[in-house]
Amino acid sequence: METALTLHRLQFAFTIMYHYLFPQLTMGLALLIVIMKGLALWKKDELYNRSARFWAKIFAINFAMGVVTGIPMEFQFGTNWAKFSTFAGGIIGQTLAMEGVFAFFLESSFLGLFLFGEKKLGPRGHFFAAFMVFLGSWLSGYFIIVTNAWMQHPVGYSLDAEGQVHLTDFWAFLLNPWALWQYLHNMLGAVVTSSFVVAAVGAFYWLTGQHLEYARRFLRLGLASAAVSSLLVAFPTGDMQGKMVAKHQPVTLAAMEGLFQTKEGAELILIGQPDMENLRIDNPIHIPNLLSFLTYHRWKAEVKGLDAFPRDVWPDNIPLLYYAYHIMVGLGTIFIAVAALGMLLWWRQRLFDSRWYLWIVMLSFPFPYIANTAGWMTAELGRQPWLVYGVLRTADGASPLVSGGNALFTLLGFMGIYATLSLLFVFLILREVSHGPDHVQQPLP
Amino acid sequence: METFWYIALSFMFIMYVILDGFDLGAGIVHFWVGRTEGDRRIILNAIGPYWDGNEVWLIAAGGTLYFAFPKLYAASFSGFYLPLILVLWVLILRALGIELRHHVQHLMWKAFWDRTFSVGSLLLTVFLGAALGNIIRGVPLNQDGYFFVPLWTNFLPGPHPGVLDWFTLLFVAVAVSTLTVHGAHYLAFKTGGELQQRAARVAGRAWWGLTVCSVLALVATPAVRPGFWARFGEHPWGGAFVLLSLAGWLGMYAFNRKGEHFRAFLASAAFIAGMGAVTAFAHYPVTLYSSVNPAWNLTVHNTAAGAYGLKIGLLWWIPGILLACAYFAYLFYIFRGKITSVPEDAGY
Ligand code: HDD
Ligand code: HEM
Ligand code: HEM
Repeated sequence: METALTLHRLQFAFTIMYHYLFPQLTMGLALLIVIMKGLALWKKDELYNRSARFWAKIFAINFAMGVVTGIPMEFQFGTNWAKFSTFAGGIIGQTLAMEGVFAFFLESSFLGLFLFGEKKLGPRGHFFAAFMVFLGSWLSGYFIIVTNAWMQHPVGYSLDAEGQVHLTDFWAFLLNPWALWQYLHNMLGAVVTSSFVVAAVGAFYWLTGQHLEYARRFLRLGLASAAVSSLLVAFPTGDMQGKMVAKHQPVTLAAMEGLFQTKEGAELILIGQPDMENLRIDNPIHIPNLLSFLTYHRWKAEVKGLDAFPRDVWPDNIPLLYYAYHIMVGLGTIFIAVAALGMLLWWRQRLFDSRWYLWIVMLSFPFPYIANTAGWMTAELGRQPWLVYGVLRTADGASPLVSGGNALFTLLGFMGIYATLSLLFVFLILREVSHGPDHVQQPLP
Repeated sequence: METFWYIALSFMFIMYVILDGFDLGAGIVHFWVGRTEGDRRIILNAIGPYWDGNEVWLIAAGGTLYFAFPKLYAASFSGFYLPLILVLWVLILRALGIELRHHVQHLMWKAFWDRTFSVGSLLLTVFLGAALGNIIRGVPLNQDGYFFVPLWTNFLPGPHPGVLDWFTLLFVAVAVSTLTVHGAHYLAFKTGGELQQRAARVAGRAWWGLTVCSVLALVATPAVRPGFWARFGEHPWGGAFVLLSLAGWLGMYAFNRKGEHFRAFLASAAFIAGMGAVTAFAHYPVTLYSSVNPAWNLTVHNTAAGAYGLKIGLLWWIPGILLACAYFAYLFYIFRGKITSVPEDAGY
């Protein structure tokens, strides 16, 4: 049973992390495409239309990958987490069904129109289709975050005598305060990814001396939105996420920050290795009192350490949680620095001469993916050992009759298929990028 | 309230089979009807703007099942663990076949994805048929409401059957022949010229296969599931669904002969809707039979979510589905008309 549980968890973690590589780009890119279409209409600049068409192609490939890897997510709640689904389906099924009914129908219908209907719809109609695709993908983000937020911080439910949860307050569930901050933070994270990707392609074109007019547009748009989104992802949304965790999952906060002892005036650890044998951080570099201040806005406030909680509610993989969290925050700080530097160079009109800087931009695009994945690992590992925080333990959620052998077989199968998908994906994207924006065919009649 | 959601779910699954059915069927006849590269490009463009939306009906139906009958969702998805994961893999490959083919202009690339698409469509149809067969036959539910079926055992529908036995294989044949006809009808009305004529011929031939398989299934069903027709005796209005299937069955034959391809397509849709409704009607209120002990059957009552949640669901489900239907109508309207040629480097 123990191994079956581990395998179910690994399979879920692997498939969801893989899935999320694609939506984070499509959700952010949907916004940037709307902006490009808007600029094209407003400035009467045909090159923005062509840019939008080029990015629509990249979008379509990502979307297809998002769809094919998303469907397994929906199934796995039933196949691998049957007891959890029986327990909580009446609640989280609401948002998952709403996602299908409202968001996916919208997104898939209008994506067809957006990709195939440019001639038929005319410029305004096409802008509208782009907007609806954006709306659909951001709605689907909301519903999935509400689902996850309920697992992090359950609200609006009651437990009956048989230990089943029932929804009692739909609006409390839909407007879970945790969900609102988590949503903003997560969507901004997606915008960070797409901004860096757009800017990186622009930098690549500029450095290789091709498609220069596009390169300018991609770099300007990408860096500007990278600057805005990197700032907003850290403050106020990241900060507020941290406060939510401090309030509702204090033990998670202690583990994320590597705080083993309760302290007044707790320090913020920048780097250091958690040592689970001696229950301390080895070789720490830290800033005194800062954690207390960030969490409670008082330098000497008391922050509860892990020692304040019984061991059976500690997250079960503290080092991984700690590293994931520090990687996210560290990268977030670096993104702000990189984007700010770009704004500075732009303002001094040196952006397009600073080849060293454009090299940095070109090579930066993988890191937002890492930050987003690390962020989700923080959220999900931090929730452990609970599946629904404080209500249902992860160990009690798995399917009772699916054996470890079956789970191992399907986990390996997913790994094999996804490895193949990755090769195809990289091949197709590199092809599109190397063909460049002018190669993209004109719209179908 | 449970009854409403049972009807809503049946509606969504039937919509899924009708809509995704035509692109699955187009995949089954992809090589049969599409002889040249150009033909196959036309076929893919005929389903291009729709197929993803069609598949969303499955996702939305799955989500609705999850929220309205969580226990049924949990039991059936974990019980059919292996076949469902295999379905996921086939879904992935088939979707890639449609989406990736047109990105590279190379004959081997296209030939490979054409085959993936076609074989994937066939396998998914096999699964749909097997699923229907399993639902009618029942599965070894235990007293906790869970089960686990292997892919096959001895191919007999006893108390401990596999996913595939002779009975479910019969439904596989029904599903494959039905969607072959349905997909061929769709292509016949969406295309022109020789492609259209070939599609119409395929539909005409497959109709005979459909007829034979359906009659066999009709004979076998009461043998495996005694009392299948009992509810029709108690509530004769259920006979309307039987009539609908019959009308669809005759209509397919007649309209296809007369060359009225759009009507033939509507007729095959009616046939599917009728058969689906007959099954749903006959089963109610049972949602999944236990082959071990009838006392452990899952019904709409012992698997439903809480009353408040079910009621609040109406609030978003009804407008949501109306909106979805509106998008579909708009989409079909914008892309109306026949597709007769597609330039080599455009579209799918
Ligand atoms: C580009 C991506 C990115 C960047 C730069 C940051 N985050 Fe983040 N973070 C995410 C992307 C992300 C995420 C992937 O979107 C998560 C996972 C769950 C969620 O809602 O957002 C997340 C979760 C997450 C959580 C966990 C919430 C929980 O346990 O449920 C906290 C406390 C923070 N973030 C805080 C921050 C802070 C203080 C940052 C300062 C720089 C920061 N994040 C940068
Ligand atoms: C609605 C959104 C999500 C839901 C409902 C959800 C639910 C779950 C469930 C049921 C598990 C398995 C039980 C467990 O080990 O805790 C899990 C684990 C996990 N999920 Fe999520 N998840 C969601 C989003 C995500 C996303 C987007 C990611 C990452 C990109 C993610 C990363 C993980 C990881 C890393 C684990 C493994 C944790 C562990 O093994 O300890 N989750 N999640
Ligand atoms: C366990 C959690 C998840 C489930 C069950 C799930 C389910 C799905 C499904 C079924 C699809 C395909 C939809 C279609 O056919 O059009 C999909 C795509 C998508 N998912 Fe997920 N998903 C999960 C996690 C996430 C997360 C955490 C996000 C973002 C916050 C997300 C955002 C999207 C988006 C925007 C799409 C549209 C396709 C794309 O843009 O790539 N999903 N998801």
